[in-house]
Amino acid sequence: MIDVNALLEEIKAAPYEEIEVAAPHTGVVSFAPVGPGTRVTGPSGVYGEKSGTLLATLNREHNDKPIFAAVKGVVGSVRMELEGRFVEAGTPLLLIRHFLSKDEVIAAILQKVLYLFCAPERAKYYFIPSVDKKVKASGPRSVTVRPGLELFIVSRMKREKPLVYDGPEGIIYAVYFQHDQNMDQGAPLIGVCPEDQTGLIEDVVNRVRTSWEEQE
Amino acid sequence: MCRGLTWNAIVMEIEKRIAALRERLAYTKDIFGGRQNANIELMESRLAEFVAREREASDGEKDQMVRELEDLFSFLEKKLDAALSPMDRVRVVRHPARVSLKDILENVYDNYTEIGGQDEYSIDPSMLIARATIARRQGDKVVNQPVMVIGQEKGHGQEFRNGGSVKPWGNAKALQYMKVAETERIPIHTYVFTPGAYPVEEFPGAAQQIARNIYEMAGLRVPVVSVISEGGSGGAEAIGLSDVRLMLSHGYYSVISPEGAAAIEAGIRQGQRVAPELIEACAKRLKITAADNLAMGYVDKVVPEPPLGARPYHYDFFKELRQEVIRATDRVFLGIAGFKLFRAMVASRRKAEHTGDSEGMFVRWTLDEAAADRLIWRRYQKYRHMSETAFHDCRPGYQRLASNMQSLYWSGYSLIRYDFLGKHVRNLSKTVSDVEAELRLVANRITAPLRRCRSHGPLTCDPEKSRMLVELSQPEQGACLADFGWRYVSPKAAEDRAVTCPESATYGCPDLWAPDLYGDFAGVCVHCGYHFPMEYQWVMGNVFDPDSVIEFNEGIEAANPLNYPGFDEKLVKARKKTGRKSSCVTFEAKIDGIKLVSAVLYSAFRGGSVGAAEGEKFILALARARERHFPFLAYIHGTAGIRIQESLNGLIQMPRVTMSVRRYIEDGGLYVVLYDTNSYAGPVASFLGCSPYQFAVRSANIGFAGPGVIRETTGIDIPPNYHRAHNALARGHIQGIWDRREIRKNLRQVLLTIGGRNLYYR
Repeated sequence: MIDVNALLEEIKAAPYEEIEVAAPHTGVVSFAPVGPGTRVTGPSGVYGEKSGTLLATLNREHNDKPIFAAVKGVVGSVRMELEGRFVEAGTPLLLIRHFLSKDEVIAAILQKVLYLFCAPERAKYYFIPSVDKKVKASGPRSVTVRPGLELFIVSRMKREKPLVYDGPEGIIYAVYFQHDQNMDQGAPLIGVCPEDQTGLIEDVVNRVRTSWEEQE
Repeated sequence: MCRGLTWNAIVMEIEKRIAALRERLAYTKDIFGGRQNANIELMESRLAEFVAREREASDGEKDQMVRELEDLFSFLEKKLDAALSPMDRVRVVRHPARVSLKDILENVYDNYTEIGGQDEYSIDPSMLIARATIARRQGDKVVNQPVMVIGQEKGHGQEFRNGGSVKPWGNAKALQYMKVAETERIPIHTYVFTPGAYPVEEFPGAAQQIARNIYEMAGLRVPVVSVISEGGSGGAEAIGLSDVRLMLSHGYYSVISPEGAAAIEAGIRQGQRVAPELIEACAKRLKITAADNLAMGYVDKVVPEPPLGARPYHYDFFKELRQEVIRATDRVFLGIAGFKLFRAMVASRRKAEHTGDSEGMFVRWTLDEAAADRLIWRRYQKYRHMSETAFHDCRPGYQRLASNMQSLYWSGYSLIRYDFLGKHVRNLSKTVSDVEAELRLVANRITAPLRRCRSHGPLTCDPEKSRMLVELSQPEQGACLADFGWRYVSPKAAEDRAVTCPESATYGCPDLWAPDLYGDFAGVCVHCGYHFPMEYQWVMGNVFDPDSVIEFNEGIEAANPLNYPGFDEKLVKARKKTGRKSSCVTFEAKIDGIKLVSAVLYSAFRGGSVGAAEGEKFILALARARERHFPFLAYIHGTAGIRIQESLNGLIQMPRVTMSVRRYIEDGGLYVVLYDTNSYAGPVASFLGCSPYQFAVRSANIGFAGPGVIRETTGIDIPPNYHRAHNALARGHIQGIWDRREIRKNLRQVLLTIGGRNLYYR
């Protein structure tokens, strides 16, 4: 709520996401010449056909498997002590600092600020037809929800049952599922924001959009 | 002189003449690519001098000075013409001021109607088709002889013409009108003004359409005369297969543009520039000029152009071109005509003289069926005898003699068995089966009531038979296991290592163990089915019956006919690496007892590129299959296109081998093509793409141009799987995709059930 601004300040203080690159399987590691502070890029090209920067090579049974960077960022730290040694699967190798872009910041804020209605079980979810029509026609923000409203249909193994919305009253700000996608238990389905705070959130979102500078 | 004109008119006239001189100077500078040249500098300085002195001089003097300048320019242009390098000629034909097809239509032909579209309102503005007439005199009558004119049009700076780069539907349109000309029995004149074909794979597909064009032109029943100005490989071949080939003296005809050749030589990636000296050197090495082509025998005559190239105001050149074109068409008709005695003598004498007005001699441009057959035979022979000295025939004399004798014997045998006896036997069996069908019908009708009366007892089956049907025949031996393992196992299976499937990102394939992968699994990923590239010996060893592969013509060796620098060493290296003399292997083999002839193009030797030797081997193998009535399999393990270092000698294999293929198919053979790994450019656009039955092994790449070339020519980024076999199948370029392990089974089915009405086992 009022945290929004505080959240923004928090993100501004550390505008990056630390991503840990771990070994996908066992093997002998040999790092590429990247050290702390090297800029790396993620997959590029119109069809994503050009892979990201080479970070390390994992050799298992005389087979070299390259490990490429998945996101753009700066290398934080490299565990050089593992160079030339055998590692198990999942051993952390490098830390990459991925500087957040506008969309990522907005998504992070929304995740923390909105009330997230989560999926109670692993299944496919869809809106009820009337709500679905409204969402398709004029976007999610046109739908007001209140506790006790039957908002979703849970479809599991082709058997469907309704799901009742529970939580604060407000408008749907963000939708986090697709109708044909299997949602895990506990995954957020929608983000709801009470009517009076919409303005505040919109305001912060616009601020981020206009003034956020992605740190290179 | 100037007395009759007013002062203004005089001034205007002199201004016009000066403007014309300036244009000529700019043109000359363009042609020489900005190189410094004393003659050009002289031209420039004299022109500047005149402009400076223009004010003071009187009118009479001005006229005199301009005339002197014009004479000087003409003289210097002639001198510069002698110093043109091959790359300069390339610049001549690509210059926007060069004559285009429209200019030729206006000035060479007497009357024409453009069909197939107009300007930008056309399926493909770069291909121009017109029905033209040439008026000739016979006695005191004027005869209008119609001609179909087809050619690429560059326009003078017209952007919508795409610079003469024809899209596949443009070539399809050209083919359609060639067929129309065939129906109307009028000759075709084709003019080649193209830097290359536009590389788009969507249906009809650049390569496949060019292949279709060449295939149809091989059997076209009207004469074709082609005039080459800018002949850029595949695009030129699409309309260039002809009975007489003329070339303009400043034209070029090449397998690849000099820039492309230089880029490949320098090993340059996209976006980088190639040094202009390297481009010049490549243009010289590739022997692309008219004089070179005439010397090698690939064009019949060179039409001389005015110095530094023909432009639309050179009316004498158009007159000369008209005479040449008429003479060439006359020659074709006289070659096949019935009653031609004196005219043929005169024509052959005139050929050497270059003089004489062909208007004086009239030849009727029509032909009947017998003449059309003669025409097609002559066309075949013409191309058959090209490039015969471009490869090295290492076969010992006795072997060559033996193979000639053998082919003579087989031709005789097949003539007797299939043409004489075969025809009679076929007629007899037809009559017999007709009579039998009639009798059966009558018998059925008669015995029908009798059959109804007969009682039907229960159907019983012999107990012994029914036991044999359901039980194992030799129960003490257990279940019959088919023999495992492949006869030829790849040497890659001897390494103890793990291999990652390239599709593991999409399908999540676990790593494979090399001995399993290249041994038992035949190079196929068990999780997703991706086919790893295998050597060509795998198919040769595992698809055909054991010990049935008999190779022939191994002695035909790829050579270096243009003395391309550095190529001899590359050939020696390739020969050592593969142990073979060319990139084509021809052999006879059997599949389940069915005999066939096969030709393999494999990628280990120079990338599988096709040159004169490979073309010759293909043609000899096709001839063998035709004589013995065997089916023919072209297994393309990998081909990178036409060998660049052999330039025209390789390019001419495109129409040459396609004509042999057509002859084989029309004689009732079965021509099957199987693509594996990578197949691009030239061969796919000619003798492979014309086959009605093309199959591919999974994960093969088939296309006209690679991703780099496509991006450079069209500016479009293509998806990574653009050339994969499944996309080629979706576009209709191939007929089916086979798993490598099922090639033997599928091939056997194809041989038994598809095509080839005249095979020995039908």
